[in-house]
Amino acid sequence: MDITTKMPHQSWGQKYHIKTLSLVLLTVGLVLLSAQVSGVDLAMFFTNIDQFTNLLVRMSHPDWAYVTIIWQPILETLQMAIIGTTIGTLFAVPFAFLAASNIVKNSWLHGLVRFFLDLVRTLPDLLLAAIFVAVFGIGSTAGVVTLAIFSFGMISKLFYEVIETIDDGPIEAMESVGANKLQVVHMAVLPQVLNPFISYFLYTLEINVRASTVLGYLGAGGIGVYLQRSLNEFDYSQTAAIIIMTLVVVLVINVLSDYLRERLV
Amino acid sequence: MEKSPELEIKKGYYDRYGWLVWALIILVVYGWALKGLKLSGIQASAGSVSKSILAGIFHPDWAYVYNGSGEDLVSLILQTLAIAFLGTIISAFISVPFAFWAARGGHEKWRLRSGSGKLVLTLIRTFPEIVLAIMFIKAVGPGSYAGVLAVSVHSVGMLGKLFSEAIENMDNGAEEAIVSVGGNASQVFMLATLPTIMPEFISYTLYRFEIAVRSATILGMVGAGGIGTPMLFAIQTRNWPRVGIILLGIVIMVLMIDSLSGQLRKKLV
Repeated sequence: MDITTKMPHQSWGQKYHIKTLSLVLLTVGLVLLSAQVSGVDLAMFFTNIDQFTNLLVRMSHPDWAYVTIIWQPILETLQMAIIGTTIGTLFAVPFAFLAASNIVKNSWLHGLVRFFLDLVRTLPDLLLAAIFVAVFGIGSTAGVVTLAIFSFGMISKLFYEVIETIDDGPIEAMESVGANKLQVVHMAVLPQVLNPFISYFLYTLEINVRASTVLGYLGAGGIGVYLQRSLNEFDYSQTAAIIIMTLVVVLVINVLSDYLRERLV
Repeated sequence: MEKSPELEIKKGYYDRYGWLVWALIILVVYGWALKGLKLSGIQASAGSVSKSILAGIFHPDWAYVYNGSGEDLVSLILQTLAIAFLGTIISAFISVPFAFWAARGGHEKWRLRSGSGKLVLTLIRTFPEIVLAIMFIKAVGPGSYAGVLAVSVHSVGMLGKLFSEAIENMDNGAEEAIVSVGGNASQVFMLATLPTIMPEFISYTLYRFEIAVRSATILGMVGAGGIGTPMLFAIQTRNWPRVGIILLGIVIMVLMIDSLSGQLRKKLV
């Protein structure tokens, strides 16, 4: 018997890759439809490319003198991110415990809490900023509230996933030697969740530092206000200086937070 | 009960007092942040404005949902999805060469190559998306096209990173098998590398699409098409019922896309 030369049986559909082909066709169809809806016109990009390169050339000469002016708003942006992330985290902790299925056994209740958190997470940061500028007026208050809500949605999800993965062993061990609820939380739950909590807090702070640099574009304080001004005045050398400075700050925060998070693990 | 001395674990000075240093650093950071922040205080109208926003959200402007003009909620939501979809697909193709550039290979001498690739991807990721959108508006005029271009470029920063990590963690078994039966480089790529890596690439692209949908909703605020433009206009003109219906539309769109893409990704992995 020549088993070696026998090919495994393929159905007609498998042989001609019907499933893959139809998925590819569907994707191509959606791409063409999207291109039509969004009015993509390749030729237009290349006829206007000189405007784009002109802009890049002007941006490649950053206005270094401007750095002394924007230093303060950049620090303000950082302060907004720190306070906003902290407020969001403080609100997120109780919700994270409510959403964790090993803490709240009632599936109806933690399902409801999770749906609420899902709703909060659907709203993009700039959209929240636009609304809070209307409520609180132009200034960093709107930015702090935006970042607080944005990080609340993110942190609560990350935290409840941490809480759900904790090991029951230490809790049982503490209970078996007669510890009370407070001692169990202090000696068995906290040591397990504290490091991932701090790590996720720093991660969210990183994202918020990046997000906070553009919030000011809609009036929510920080460096974004200057970004908008320079763009409106077509002063691209100032825009370039702002972007480079925010890049530096974001990179420094990333390196710092990576270093701290590596020490935690 | 007396403690037996040999059970005591010796602690160094750092273990015993290290937390004090950290506490001090944290205190200083928060002191600085709170002191420097000029919280302007809440303006007098804040209460009445939030009340009208809530009223608007609970009494949305249903007439805006569809009126056949092409400027209604459904058309603009579809336009937003089109921007996110097209931008993500384009950026997935651009990301592949970047990913191979940034992925660390087995050889030490390539550190410079992968390091430089990773740095470029970080720079792209950190460049604010709305500034990109404004730059593309200069080139192609305001509208969805600029939004598509902004999403295409900005997404490369994250997709390239995710793709390169997928390449680094790839199982080399299939590649080695093709090499061992005498396949050439293009056969190795077509028959081993691509099939191994494809599910992860598609999964990451879908994940990035979820994020792109959110950013496409705000790109309109700087004039790059989609639902963001009427949203900002409605906020600025205090048309809260209009804001309410647009918020509702965005929330439903994002929830639907997230669950659809989540199910597809579960099937893939």
